[in-house]
Amino acid sequence: MTFIHQQSAHCESGVMSSLLTNAGFPISEPMVFGLSSALAFAYLPIVKLNGMPLIAYRMPPKHIINTLNKRLGLNIQSQRFSQVKAGQQALDQALAKQQAVGLQTSVFWLPYFPAEMRFHFNAHNLLVYGKEHNNYLISDPVFEDVVQCDVVALNKARFAKGALAPKGLMYTLGNTPAEPNWPVLIRQSIKATSRILDGLPLPWIGVRGIFHLAKKIEQLDPSAIKYNRLYLTHIVRMQEEIGTGGAGFRFMYASFLQEAADKLNEAMLHDAANKMTLIGDGWRGFASLLVQYCKAKQATPDFAQLAAALRQLAQQERELMQQLAAWSKTPVKA
Amino acid sequence: MKLDDVPQHDSSSYGGHKKLLYVTNSNGRYTGSQSSGWDTEAFATALAVEALEQQAAAAYNQWQQGHLSPLPYLMYQARLDETGLSQISGFWRWRIRRHFKPTHYRRLSLRILQRYSDALAVPLAQLQAYQLPVSSQE
Repeated sequence: MTFIHQQSAHCESGVMSSLLTNAGFPISEPMVFGLSSALAFAYLPIVKLNGMPLIAYRMPPKHIINTLNKRLGLNIQSQRFSQVKAGQQALDQALAKQQAVGLQTSVFWLPYFPAEMRFHFNAHNLLVYGKEHNNYLISDPVFEDVVQCDVVALNKARFAKGALAPKGLMYTLGNTPAEPNWPVLIRQSIKATSRILDGLPLPWIGVRGIFHLAKKIEQLDPSAIKYNRLYLTHIVRMQEEIGTGGAGFRFMYASFLQEAADKLNEAMLHDAANKMTLIGDGWRGFASLLVQYCKAKQATPDFAQLAAALRQLAQQERELMQQLAAWSKTPVKA
Repeated sequence: MKLDDVPQHDSSSYGGHKKLLYVTNSNGRYTGSQSSGWDTEAFATALAVEALEQQAAAAYNQWQQGHLSPLPYLMYQARLDETGLSQISGFWRWRIRRHFKPTHYRRLSLRILQRYSDALAVPLAQLQAYQLPVSSQE
């Protein structure tokens, strides 16, 4: 099978973009990300990562695949397995039929990941496009080039245990979509994003979640210096290191808005793309601010200043989402 | 972010790889660009790794002094905490905490050690060797 690898910023949107492009339906990663309404914000204190709350800047794993499947009518065939052997057999059979196969895996067991990047995250996505001897040929969307992985290691990664256990999940494309109705689809997906970010009555999700995080920063105990440093850098890590990062997702969404603006010839969307770029820059600036703060080791910490910077970002996102929501309700031009 | 502003700080946590970022070129058009790392991010990573290493070092000392079994040290080495180890191994946390005691650890069966071996990616023989008193391990 000839398979063209492309590097992506995020694994799930990358896998879908690559899968569709190779099946003859060229679609960029930002377009996948935008059409599946994957942009979000969530502050989840119940889910702990090394004792710190989970902060997410996008929708949970599987959201992109499921939503795109629905919106583009991809008829994705997915399977989970209780037995490792059955999982490997199904993968080998699909490859024998010249199909590219998407897999959910753990990062920790993949030997081609550098040791520094391996951690226990079970919702990584990658594509297998062939098998040579005892090695699977893999297009891992976050890598520059194609990689290989031996059978034993891949089985281990597919059947890793723990939170979000993949249980051998594999998926293949059923349909290649016909030319979709872009004006309708783009409006629908933007409307959904505006609802997620600024329309849910939950204090931890969307713009309200950003305000919530600002409040948490303000409430930090100034005497707990070590904890504060870890907490603030944890925000940076959740934002930048884990996956694509908060700013990275904002930039990707801005890229989607720009592509949508070109497709529909909508000046308003160009304007929204520029605003989203500024918001992404704002998130990066916020990360720098947090790290500067931790480096400075100030005697009198000024958490109010950090919280104010975050509230400003929340306000900007809210205004942009209101603007986009209003646009998404405009009728499609004939 | 603009194309010219893409940081290239060669972060060690990237392991020599490059990440893709979406940035704008001089005409304001979006394009993909590779970044080898960003100092801000690297600082946060380094701090987290440092915290983990401190925990691992403390656990190592306590193991060597005979206060703890090797499991806490190996757990931190595998970048896990008790919750994570519990999820991956399938043991309840109270059992894991019992296994952290040296006397309990020495009496663990092969089957239980095998589960730790799978969860922590440590060879079974190594876990068995740790069951012997520290003085006879040489």
